[in-house]
Amino acid sequence: MHTLLTSEIFILTLVTGIYLAALWLYRKTKLSILHPLLVSIPVLALFLRVFDIPFETFEAGSRMINFLLGPTVVALGYLLYEQRDHLKANGISIIISVFIGSIIGIVSVILIARWFGADHELIASLEPKSVTTPIAMSIAERTGGIPAIAAVVVIVVGIFGGIVGPFILDHLGIKSRIARGLALGSAAHGLGTARAMELGAIEGAISGLAIGLMGIITAILVPIIEMIFF
Amino acid sequence: MHYSLQVNMLLGIFIILLFYALGELFSWLMGGFIPGSVLGMVLLFVSLCLKLVKADIVRPVARFLTDNMGLFFLPAGVGIINAMDILSQYWQAVLTACAVSTLAVIITVACIQERLEKKKAAAANNMTTTKNKN
Repeated sequence: MHTLLTSEIFILTLVTGIYLAALWLYRKTKLSILHPLLVSIPVLALFLRVFDIPFETFEAGSRMINFLLGPTVVALGYLLYEQRDHLKANGISIIISVFIGSIIGIVSVILIARWFGADHELIASLEPKSVTTPIAMSIAERTGGIPAIAAVVVIVVGIFGGIVGPFILDHLGIKSRIARGLALGSAAHGLGTARAMELGAIEGAISGLAIGLMGIITAILVPIIEMIFF
Repeated sequence: MHYSLQVNMLLGIFIILLFYALGELFSWLMGGFIPGSVLGMVLLFVSLCLKLVKADIVRPVARFLTDNMGLFFLPAGVGIINAMDILSQYWQAVLTACAVSTLAVIITVACIQERLEKKKAAAANNMTTTKNKN
């Protein structure tokens, strides 16, 4: 029984099945707190505990799914290509805004977490918090953080940014549709983009563009800022 | 017809894997400064813009991967059970840092972008008015 539970085919089926069930629940309820990952991570963790399966065994069994993270980041290059017209029209201002936003995001996380006495391992897991999850995980891994923390933190940040973002933009009196979409995508990646799409087609497209740019720029800036601060 | 579709899908998978491998190669040459997957993404974007790669070929695979990416980080996400100690010790730090920083990013990006657009619009206006005078 136990060997079946720890076999690759069983773990792959389990992970995919639980994810699909969580996705169904999310689409049915439309509650952003019921993000499929925030539901399926505890369910899987509970499963491992109940059946006494070590995380290492689970990790080995789910390697095939985990591998797809890398190709997914590469595939984001295609999504960026789809938005190339927006990049051509407003490229310089968009890159400047995302560049400064990325610096502010990384430096503020380092300073606040440090003030609370957090160690480098944790800070490195938080630095890429505004970036889409697969990129954030590979950045955290490079700089000595914990990819799992990065993944969960990124999702929570995305939910938070998606909810409060539009209110802040209204409060600041931001009228430009490009600025609104760009801010949501840079701060809250895919979840911000989902919200930006509700605001309008231009907001959504620009937000999607911001996900890719923020990912690339943050991947370049994190090691540089790390050198300055650590 | 059915046959060629399958070949296309496989070609798309090959192209994504090829750019991932190229990205890893460049990353290694740079001493691991930037993750290979991110470099692969940049290389794919540039190659698509330069029409070295046909968008039609990578589209189905790229869509499949990006539409379902939530599943792909689930296994690693479960690793959070090994990090509960550090998280319960520093949860205030994590929440405060992330909340404040997220607000800071939204405000910075939105304000800078809006200001730059206004400047651009003002410059364009100046151009047309001087043209009109002439």
